[in-house]
Parts: sequence; C-alpha cells; structure tokens
Amino acid sequence: MRGAWLLRLATVGGTVLILELLCRVGIIAGFTMIPPSQMATGLFQLLVSGTLLPDLKTTLSGVAIAVAAAILIGFLTGALLHAVPRLRRTLDPFFASYYAVPVWAFYPLCIVLFGLNDVPKVIIGFLYAVVAMIVNTLNGLDRVPPVLRKLARTHQMSRGATVLLIILPSAAPHIFTGVKLAIAYAFIGVVGSEFILANAGIGYQISFAYNNFDNVILYSLILFIIVFVSAINLFLYSWERAILQRRGGR
Amino acid sequence: MTAEASEAQVVLQNVTRVYARGATRPVHAIGPLDLDISKGEFFSVVGPSGCGKSTLLEVIAGLAEASGGSVAFEGTPTGGKVPEGIGVVFQEDSTLAWLTVWDNIAFGLRRRGVAAAEIKRRVDDVLRLMGLRDFARAYPAQLSGGMRQRVCIARTLVLQPRLILLDEPFGALDQQTRLLMGDEVLRLWRETGATVFLITHALDEAAMLSDRVGVMSARPGRFLEIVKTGWPRERDSRIAAHEEFGRLTSRLWSLLRDESMKALGYPTAAA
Repeated sequence: MRGAWLLRLATVGGTVLILELLCRVGIIAGFTMIPPSQMATGLFQLLVSGTLLPDLKTTLSGVAIAVAAAILIGFLTGALLHAVPRLRRTLDPFFASYYAVPVWAFYPLCIVLFGLNDVPKVIIGFLYAVVAMIVNTLNGLDRVPPVLRKLARTHQMSRGATVLLIILPSAAPHIFTGVKLAIAYAFIGVVGSEFILANAGIGYQISFAYNNFDNVILYSLILFIIVFVSAINLFLYSWERAILQRRGGR
Repeated sequence: MTAEASEAQVVLQNVTRVYARGATRPVHAIGPLDLDISKGEFFSVVGPSGCGKSTLLEVIAGLAEASGGSVAFEGTPTGGKVPEGIGVVFQEDSTLAWLTVWDNIAFGLRRRGVAAAEIKRRVDDVLRLMGLRDFARAYPAQLSGGMRQRVCIARTLVLQPRLILLDEPFGALDQQTRLLMGDEVLRLWRETGATVFLITHALDEAAMLSDRVGVMSARPGRFLEIVKTGWPRERDSRIAAHEEFGRLTSRLWSLLRDESMKALGYPTAAA
C-alpha cells in the first residue's frame, strides 16, 4: 500500500524533474513550455496577488451549479427509470451511446437560447455530468440485494423508510461513484466551455493567455487546474475506498 | 412441553400459491396444503429442490400472499403482510453492510422506537447469547459467513419474536459449523420458548433439530407425510449418535427419494 503510494509519487516527481531538465537545457523551447518550477512560481504569484479569484469564483460556481443539478436530476431520473422498466428499456441505448455525442456541439445552440452568459457553460457541464449520475444510480439500485427488501418488510417498514434506511445506503457506493464522475465531467464541461466563448473563468483565462503568448500565466493556470481537480478526485477516491473497505470491497 | 399439548399458533388451511408468469403458463408452486404448528414447537420442512419450501415460508411470514386458502398466525389472517411477532432469517446474507454488528442487531428495535437504555440491554444480551460480544464494533464484511448468519439470527431474536422462520439459514456453511449452529438454535429455542419453523435441505439437520418434520413432494409442493421425531426438548447435535437418529434420517430419505428424482427429471420406481 505504502509502496504503491511511493511509486506514484516517484512517477509524478520523476516526470516533473524530466520536464524541468528538458526545459532548462532547451530541448523543449521556452515558447513551447516553461519549466515546472516557473509554473509553480507563476501560480503562487497569481494566487497571492488575488487576480485569479474572480475567475476562480466564476468557474467554481458554474461547476457547483452543474454538479448539484446533475446529482439531483440524475439521481431522480435514475430512480424513475429503475421504477419504470419499460421506459428504461426505451432509453438504455441512448445512455449507452451518450458519450459518443460531442456535447460541445450544442454550445452555439445554448448561446442562442440563453445568451452569452454563464448559463450555456453550466448547461454543458450539466449535460456532461448528468448521464454518469443516471447510469450509476441505476447500477446501484439494480444491485440492492432482493433479500434486503424482504428484510424491510419483515420489519414492517413503510416504502419511504425502506428507501431511506435500506435501499439508499445499500446503493450508496454506486451513487457515490456517480457523484465522483459527475464532478469530474462537470469540470471538463464548464472549463472546456469557458475556452470557447465565455468572458470569464479559468478556461477563459487559459485561452486568453494562449492567444497572447503568455506562457507563464497559461501554464500556471493549467497547473492550477490539474492540481485542483486531482486534489478533489483524490479526496473523493480516498473517501470511496474507505466506504468500500468497510463493506468488504477493494 | 410437548407439541400436542399446546394450542396451534400457525394454521394453514387448503393453502395454494400460484405464480402468474405473464403470457406463459402460471406456475403452481405449492398446495393445496394444511398445517397446524403448535406454540413452542420446532417444525422443519424438507423437500426436493424447487418444491416450494421457501414459498411456503414466505406465505407463512406474510411476505407472499396465498393464492387460495387461508393462513393465520395466532388466530389472525396474515393477508400478505408480515405480522408483529414473526421474525425471519433468510438463506442469503441479509446483514446491512453499512452498519456495525451492534447497529445491525439494534436496527429493528430502533425502528420500533424502543428506549436507548432498553436497546442497549437487549442488544448486549443477544450479543452474549450468540457469542458475538467481541465483534460488536465489527462490520459484516469483517466476519465469516457463519458469523454473519449469527448476526442475522441475533437481529431476529432481539425483537423477541414468538415465531421464528428460518429459511435454510445454514445453507452456505460447512458441516461442522452447521452442527454447532444447530446446537445454538436448539439452545435459543429452549431459552426463548419461541416456535421455530425451519426450511432445510439437510435431512440430518431436520432429524436432529425438530419435534416434527414435514416432508414435501416435488412441485406443486404438498406434505407427503409429517414425521414426529419424539426427541426430548433437551437435546443437541450429539443426538446424531443415537440409533433412532439413523432410522429417522433413512425414513425421511425413503419418503423423499422418489420426489427428488421426480424433481430432477429422473425415471422413478413408480414410473
């Protein structure tokens, strides 16, 4: 366990070190990439100066709304589809092929419908995240052992109590996976949308720096996105592992 | 106390259960069958695979409604609802994976709004009774299959049911553990005074544990015969050494052999 962590750390550290060397000796040209140490310094300065805060707030609020909507609507849709097998059979092929559809193709349509503001990027983030939530909610509900529903009946539990005390906790690991994926997909959707037509946000700032050949800001922001999203996912991954270990999973 | 001297706690009259299967032919699972189970009796059911043993248990428990006939528990028809006073232990692991052993056992008491101090007393008592005291804070995944089944039995016992329905609770256990679990069930039966209805596919288990054994036919399941064991109430797995035990087991097998062959589609002597 500890060995695996050390190996991961060594892989990341080694890659950073190699990049640093390649940039420092000029094998990777300065206008292509700056050394990782310079990225870290640039990011530090951006964070300390506070210039990043308004864009960070814009992006994170967009992601938060997209995630919250995806979790709520995804969960309710998953529960509805589980309860109505005929509807599920009809929609199953759409879910199976959903991620083959480039959701960004709808971005112009969203702008026409909602205007050039934060709504289109939230919708794109939501569209990316919601199906992961639906599919994982369905997986979770499918895997509730039938004997637990019988157990609920032997305890004279109402339908509401059965859902709250038996079905949801039993399906929780899969629903949790849905939440984890929804957060990751919402980030992709929102930050990606900011690249295209937004006028604020981390994605917009990366795009702006790229168009102005400002490699320090460009790479500092890329580093920020990587570290921030990895930290969130690492936290969720550790939490998920703790839940699964307690339940006898891996 | 003998079964004959006690009043009937469970009464089944002309009970049938038919499963509708959409457009295909309905499946006649059990019946018609009649059965009286006396208060405090240990009654077991054996029968070939698929004969409807578990269906019978579900009908008695109120988990499934009889398609015909009537089922009454302590004089009240069950009508497809599990009445208060009945506890069920299922064949499958039904521990709640997200709760500790202690919380699993306390689950039903909390649902009923029992006071915290009373919950603690009863759960601790049952943990001691079932030899689970050292595992109170463990999660089910950290226990063996046998211990998880003990948690399920404990969760049922803590509610002090008057009728305990056991659906092949030791099915997944090895022979030694089965025998020891059988001893524990007998001890609990004596200590609690509850009526026990056990479904099993193990003839020796039925012969060892029961006051009476109902032998079921191949589907649709009916009682071919109800065999009285005549064992004293104070008994344990060592009764297997008794010569009557061998006679009893072979009597059960002789009743079951043809039915088991029928269930498997083999030609029988009668055919």
